[in-house]
Amino acid sequence: MTTANRSHFVYVTFIRTTPAKLWKALTEPEFIRQYWFNMTIDSGWTKGSPWTMRYEDGRVSDAGEILEIDPPRRMVIRWQNVWKPELKAEGPSRCTIELEPVGHAVKLTITHDIERPDSKLITAVSGGWPLILSNLKSLLETGEVTVVAHPGGNKH
Amino acid sequence: MSDADLLFKALADAGRRKLLDRLHAHDGQTLGELCEHLDMTRQGVTQHLAVLEAANLIAVQRRGREKLHFLNPVPLQEIYDRWIRKFERPRLKALRDLKRRLEAEDDD
Repeated sequence: MTTANRSHFVYVTFIRTTPAKLWKALTEPEFIRQYWFNMTIDSGWTKGSPWTMRYEDGRVSDAGEILEIDPPRRMVIRWQNVWKPELKAEGPSRCTIELEPVGHAVKLTITHDIERPDSKLITAVSGGWPLILSNLKSLLETGEVTVVAHPGGNKH
Repeated sequence: MSDADLLFKALADAGRRKLLDRLHAHDGQTLGELCEHLDMTRQGVTQHLAVLEAANLIAVQRRGREKLHFLNPVPLQEIYDRWIRKFERPRLKALRDLKRRLEAEDDD
């Protein structure tokens, strides 16, 4: 997870859907809420537009900006936790989301990294991503999510 | 072979499970780094990595001339959701019922 002065992970899932549908699932708040444990994500989804993640009750958990966007292929988000002081103190991380058609499926790759070793933010989000991606895959392929509530509480 | 067959086949080998453990301990390693301290030939490790990659248990990223291997836990999460969570539920319910009964007795 830590390579030199960087904390970094890569998550990959193959989803039997189209890039257009997957892109929609990644950018529409109503869709996001279903597989992201009722979190809301709002953004204008253009380069430079703010990006905000909120708990169900409206508190902001994470905030940032769209650094790069190329629908339905790739986006890069500047991502900073603003809810927990120890995570906020680490400064911004970068989350890169890439979609690549492979046969009848789309390969979704999430890379999350921060320029510091042993990042608590990276540890925190790395617990959430597999659940979120497993739910997203299940929702797009079967219409249902498998995990409704985050087992570790309302972290991500 | 289905995705699940590839996954279980990939996990059904002690050497491949050891590679996953090594990536869990230290993610983003090169082939050379993975070969250190392992009782396997470089060719053996390469073959195991190919099976793990086909099962989507590892993700490979290029950085310059290097290929870095990352543990991808998403399929393990899917196994957990599909094969473990539902079998845990009755046991958790039994524990909850027991706790409730014992606490109710205290109230008497």
